[in-house]
Amino acid sequence: MAAAATAGSSPGSGPGDSPEGPEAEAPERRRKAHGMLKLYYGLSEGEGAGRPSGPDPLDPTDLNGAHFDPEVYLDKLRRECPLAQLMDSETDMVRQIRALDSDMQTLVYENYNKFISATDTIRKMKNDFRKMEDEMDRLATNMAVITDFSARISATLQDRHERITKLAGVHALLRKLQFLFELPSRLTKCVELGAYGQAVRYQGRAQAVLQQYQHLPSFRAIQDDCQVITARLAQQLRQRFREGGSGAPEQAECVELLLALGEPAEELCEEFLAHARGRLEEELRSLEAELGPSPPAPDVLEFTDHGGSGFVGGLCHVAAAYQELFAAQGPAGAEKLAAFAQELGSRYFALVERRLAQEQGGGDNSLLVRALDRFHRRLRAPGALLAAAGLADAATEIVERVARERLGHHLQGLRAAFLGCLTDVRQALAAPRMAGKEGPGLAELLANVASSILSHIKASLAAVHLFTAKEVSFSNKPYFRGEFCSQGVREGLIVGFVRSMCQTAQSFCDSPGEKGGATPPALLLLLSRLCLDYETATISYILTLTDEQFLVQDQSPVTPVSTLCAEARETARRLLTHYVKVQGLVISQMLRKSVETRDWLSTLEPRNVRAVMKRVVEDTTAIDVQVGLLYEEGVRKAQSSDSSKRTFSVYSSSRQQGRYAPSYTPSAPMDTNLLSNIQKLFSERIDVFSPVEFNKVSVLTGIIKISLKTLLECVRLRTFGRFGLQQVQVDCHFLQLYLWRFVADEELVHLLLDEVVASAALRCPDPVPMEPSVVEVICERG
Amino acid sequence: MEDDAPVIYGLEFQARALTPQTAETDAIRFLVGTQSLKYDNQIHIIDFDDENNIINKNVLLHQAGEIWHISASPADKGVLATCYNRTSDSKVLTCAAVWRMPKELESGSHESPDDSSSTAQTLELLCHLDNTAHGNMACVVWEPMGDGKKIISLADNHILLWDLQESSSQAVLASSASLEGKGQLRFTSGRWSPHHNCTQVATASDTTLRGWDTRSMSQIYCIENAHGQLVRDLDFNPNKQYYLASCGDDCKVKFWDTRNVTEPVKTLEEHSHWVWNVRYNHSHDQLVLTGSSDSRVILSNMVSISSEPFGHLVDDDDISDQEDHRSEEKSKEPLQDNVIATYEEHEDSVYAVDWSSADPWLFASLSYDGRLVINRVPRALKYHILL
Repeated sequence: MAAAATAGSSPGSGPGDSPEGPEAEAPERRRKAHGMLKLYYGLSEGEGAGRPSGPDPLDPTDLNGAHFDPEVYLDKLRRECPLAQLMDSETDMVRQIRALDSDMQTLVYENYNKFISATDTIRKMKNDFRKMEDEMDRLATNMAVITDFSARISATLQDRHERITKLAGVHALLRKLQFLFELPSRLTKCVELGAYGQAVRYQGRAQAVLQQYQHLPSFRAIQDDCQVITARLAQQLRQRFREGGSGAPEQAECVELLLALGEPAEELCEEFLAHARGRLEEELRSLEAELGPSPPAPDVLEFTDHGGSGFVGGLCHVAAAYQELFAAQGPAGAEKLAAFAQELGSRYFALVERRLAQEQGGGDNSLLVRALDRFHRRLRAPGALLAAAGLADAATEIVERVARERLGHHLQGLRAAFLGCLTDVRQALAAPRMAGKEGPGLAELLANVASSILSHIKASLAAVHLFTAKEVSFSNKPYFRGEFCSQGVREGLIVGFVRSMCQTAQSFCDSPGEKGGATPPALLLLLSRLCLDYETATISYILTLTDEQFLVQDQSPVTPVSTLCAEARETARRLLTHYVKVQGLVISQMLRKSVETRDWLSTLEPRNVRAVMKRVVEDTTAIDVQVGLLYEEGVRKAQSSDSSKRTFSVYSSSRQQGRYAPSYTPSAPMDTNLLSNIQKLFSERIDVFSPVEFNKVSVLTGIIKISLKTLLECVRLRTFGRFGLQQVQVDCHFLQLYLWRFVADEELVHLLLDEVVASAALRCPDPVPMEPSVVEVICERG
Repeated sequence: MEDDAPVIYGLEFQARALTPQTAETDAIRFLVGTQSLKYDNQIHIIDFDDENNIINKNVLLHQAGEIWHISASPADKGVLATCYNRTSDSKVLTCAAVWRMPKELESGSHESPDDSSSTAQTLELLCHLDNTAHGNMACVVWEPMGDGKKIISLADNHILLWDLQESSSQAVLASSASLEGKGQLRFTSGRWSPHHNCTQVATASDTTLRGWDTRSMSQIYCIENAHGQLVRDLDFNPNKQYYLASCGDDCKVKFWDTRNVTEPVKTLEEHSHWVWNVRYNHSHDQLVLTGSSDSRVILSNMVSISSEPFGHLVDDDDISDQEDHRSEEKSKEPLQDNVIATYEEHEDSVYAVDWSSADPWLFASLSYDGRLVINRVPRALKYHILL
């Protein structure tokens, strides 16, 4: 203790030379004292915040340390310090000792006073305690007296208390008995008042007792009475239940009460369901009435709303009440409910489908989708409630079916629109001619048709897009995410339409009549161009549009754009080929008639080009204009600058022969053969009905080839007089003058016309050709 | 298996008329009639020596006029009928006559071919088919399998049945019928059916095919709009009595069952211009030959509508190797109709094609420039059909 005291005070006097005042020193001292205490109790000072590097506490030379060894300290001083410093330490030490002595004195004084006052206090306490002991003794005696008294009182009250307890028991029993005796009348009253719940509660309370004591005649009577009343009660309840006018919740209450009365649950649930059925059937009937044979036609949205709130809501209530009431019935009960819901649900679905079927023809998709949405949404609640009945699945199925039918309807609509466009085009093609206009605006018609079909397609897409809108409850069903988009919309609607369009167009090619009368050639041309446009741009545009709108996620294979384009191109090609055939046939027929019906032997010397040839050129020009409206020019072979001046090789050679010999043919009959054979050696074989390319020149070449080949074959079947031959010469020259400009390779025209004239020469017993100059004059005049 | 190269023979004149010598069943012999307005027309009798691949020809003069159609008697090798143009003043009339060739040429003489033209012999006229009342003769057909006494000729809109009497020196008009209707109706072609005891004839006029009963000379059936344009030719299936083939200006070849005149059984569209001629092979009716003015001859294999749709049927007597056949048959069963070959030896329109009457694997085609080409069915196919 003393060590602590010295240690505690020593630093206070130690650093006397410190400039700081004693107030500032105070915390420092306290900490030091604490440090000492801690050291004493073996606690490490550890983290002394202010003094990171304190002196080693074990240092024996530390004057304030616990292990201070004066000898070592002195030794150290003596060894280390010079004399002056020793002197300083000595004076310092003396000063410190002096200060410590005075401190000690003040401490002793202070403590002395405290000792004095403590002695006084203890003396006073001694007196007080002596007084208290007397009081306690008195209390003890008093308590003993009280205990005695109390025991005596208890003993006297004992038997009376027992009697009171017994009496209380009897009273309770009597009250119960009274309740029992009053029960019949109470029940009656309750029944009269209609407080069935109260009655059932009473009955429930009394039941067990009555059951237990039924061997006693009086109780027996009560029980009998009760049973009669209960039976009446039950009957009334049932009555009320059966009347059923008071709505599902009250009915549920009735059932609850009846159950509490111990009626057989199975029967009750049958009855409950039967009643529910009645009500729901009522709803169904009202729905059916709305359907009606001649409906006042509430729109489909209203209809599904009615159905949703009336039937589905009712079904929900019934199901909820049933599950609450007959939960104890277990799986059998649930099955019964499921069967019930399934049966009614299917009838409801049948009605809805009938209604939706009426809607199929209609155009308003948004209304239908909204109606379907409501329908589907409403059915999801009972679906969760009645998973077993599979109503939600069935509803989804219906929605899917409707969606499919809708797609079919739209496809039908698109087809109809396409056919409508075709009819319009036919009319437009027929009309302007009556008005005497020259060119029916084929390009405009094409643009009209294309844009109207495209807008129809877009409208259809927009309409079916409603089915996949985010806010529609069924749009996240797998069918609508996958199959509907890819198989339904993309394949079924768009690809299907393009295909059917191609098919419709192709059907014009193989019309059985084949005389081309049924289909105006301009329509063929227009369709061909339409298909070609589809091939180049529209198909990929539509499909991209579809893919974008319907984010097709399905993995099932879809028709690639290229296939569809190939189909369209094939259709376009066939149509154009057919157009060439038809137009070629028209001109062919004209030429054929003109050759077949004329008497070539006795014809007069030609003065004019025959009218039919002019007609041929006119028609060809018209066709050229017509095709030019829709198709590009195409490539021609380079041509000589004045093709029109060219003369036929056959009669140019024959003219030369004519100069040397008076007759057309020399003696050797081989000559003409040789001539045409040599000609053929240098020319390619002409494929008459060869496939055409998509340009004007190719089309015109095809038509002219067909026409000229026909002319050739017809000429070979006839026999010509001299003037007949000359007429052919004139005609051919005329054709050559005007036809070369239409074809890709004018050589072709020359070749064919040469052959015509050569054949005519062969078919002439007296072949004297006309002077080319005369031919030219006649042709120019014509 | 290498096929023999086609054999080509050139005539000096244009030619349209070709027929096999029907009564000849041993030697391969064709008759070709020429068309020339300025020179005497000829009938070339062309013998083909199959073994040496050599053609021998004999030329007969046909001075009456240019020949549009020729047909050989099925009974007498030396008798043939032609339709020819006779030009007088400014009139052209097509007549028909029955001729007999010199006896020594009937079975093909072995005269050296070099001096043939100088020693051309003339045909002997047996009788004229008098058509002054009926108009232009389009063709003459002999009663097939008959004794060469009955012929039918088509003249404008009349169909005339003739009896040849007194060794064909007299032609008596036995019965006739004519086509009535608006417009100028003209027969273009006709064939005599080898079925039904040779009582049926089919004709083509404009776009219509008609069948006639030769006993009553009344129409049996009529296929309206058989082709989109003019029907050029027709032929009966030699083995299936109701089947016939037709061809026309719509570039198509159609096969008909005459019991159903609304729809063709099959349509071929291989040619690129008018088809002038169609001929069934006489024994293997799946082989159909067509010639067209696109200068091509096409040989088609119409197995599915032939009398042997499942290939060659096994005869009862070769039971020994029936097992072999069975296994083969199975592999052969799904036979497809297809084009066997397209022959492009011609450079002008081909107006006539026909099978040889002696060798069922050989046929000739004739183009307008006078080129006659003799071809064979490809060997591979031949063995496929035979085995």
